[in-house]
Amino acid sequence: MKNGVCGSLESNDCLITVESSETTEIIIESIVYDFYGDQIERVIADTLKQLNISNVKVFCVDRGALDYTIKARLQVAIERMSAK
Amino acid sequence: MIRSCLFIPANNPGMLQTADLFMADSVIFDLEDAVSIEEKDAARTLLAGFLQNFTVNAKIIVRINNNPLWFLQDLETVVTERLDAVLIPKADHDSLEKTKLILTRLEKERCLAKKISVIPLIETAAAVMQVEDILARPRIIGVMLGAEDLTADMEIDRSKSGEEILYPRMKIALVARAYRLVAIDTPFVDVNDEEGLIKDATVARKLGMTAKAAIHPRQVTTINRVFSPTAAQISWAQRVLAKSATSQGAFSLDGKMIDQPIVERAKKTIEKAKRYNLI
Repeated sequence: MKNGVCGSLESNDCLITVESSETTEIIIESIVYDFYGDQIERVIADTLKQLNISNVKVFCVDRGALDYTIKARLQVAIERMSAK
Repeated sequence: MIRSCLFIPANNPGMLQTADLFMADSVIFDLEDAVSIEEKDAARTLLAGFLQNFTVNAKIIVRINNNPLWFLQDLETVVTERLDAVLIPKADHDSLEKTKLILTRLEKERCLAKKISVIPLIETAAAVMQVEDILARPRIIGVMLGAEDLTADMEIDRSKSGEEILYPRMKIALVARAYRLVAIDTPFVDVNDEEGLIKDATVARKLGMTAKAAIHPRQVTTINRVFSPTAAQISWAQRVLAKSATSQGAFSLDGKMIDQPIVERAKKTIEKAKRYNLI
């Protein structure tokens, strides 16, 4: 199974792991999940759509990352997975 | 005109987002030494996203990697209307020529309304020797001395007193002044030594450096202060200009002769004070 990881567990960042999968699945663990869980999921889903990526499992451990950070970390995690 | 240039690691979202809170005149988002080899791709993508989404209340400079593996990708990622200048590490004629060609192409392709400037980082003995030619190249608005790499290249020790970089500082400051460029001094690396920073920055200023790089936000206020006119200097300049307005030729102030070069210096002091909102 191919995978890619990007980001960190430092404040304002997130650690994103993507794995090839038969379906698309998004799993989020966040310190602000109650407030921003839906928003984080939307950013991840939109980014996958923009990159034309499906059939991946995305794990996002969030430490208060803003949208641009989530998007950048996801994009690089996918690039790293694709490069394997 | 800038006094302080604060380095910010480009792969740290928390630091990117607070980059302009510390009153630095410019921020240098660092894709080079502050980012490990394994994280170059992540830093580049994060910085691009940040620059697309945030405004920064300071001049924006990006230090790119002067390594064929990342050089082109770095420039392609960061060249936007938001970028003011690129800082080229271990600058030489080849890297500056490559930079010029790529910037020209990207500005055209992206229909930029501005021209991105270039700041060479002088950090080899060869670059110090060639600094007159290097700084005469197009797009250059300033120059930075990188003393850590320079002393490594020279195989000599770095000291807090900095006598080993006296000649490079003097040469860079002189050439920069001749070409009317910003001369940015090397960072002072002991972030806990405030007194040492004041001494080091004061020496640099006296030699003709006009700005200094900071590697920690706490260094910015001190650097801004050292590279600004003091209250006494501003007051003196105001008195000189007031008296020159009613005098013809040379005149006396506090028992000292004031002639045209001194009046010009007073004008420059007032100009700086206004630019830095000190009056």
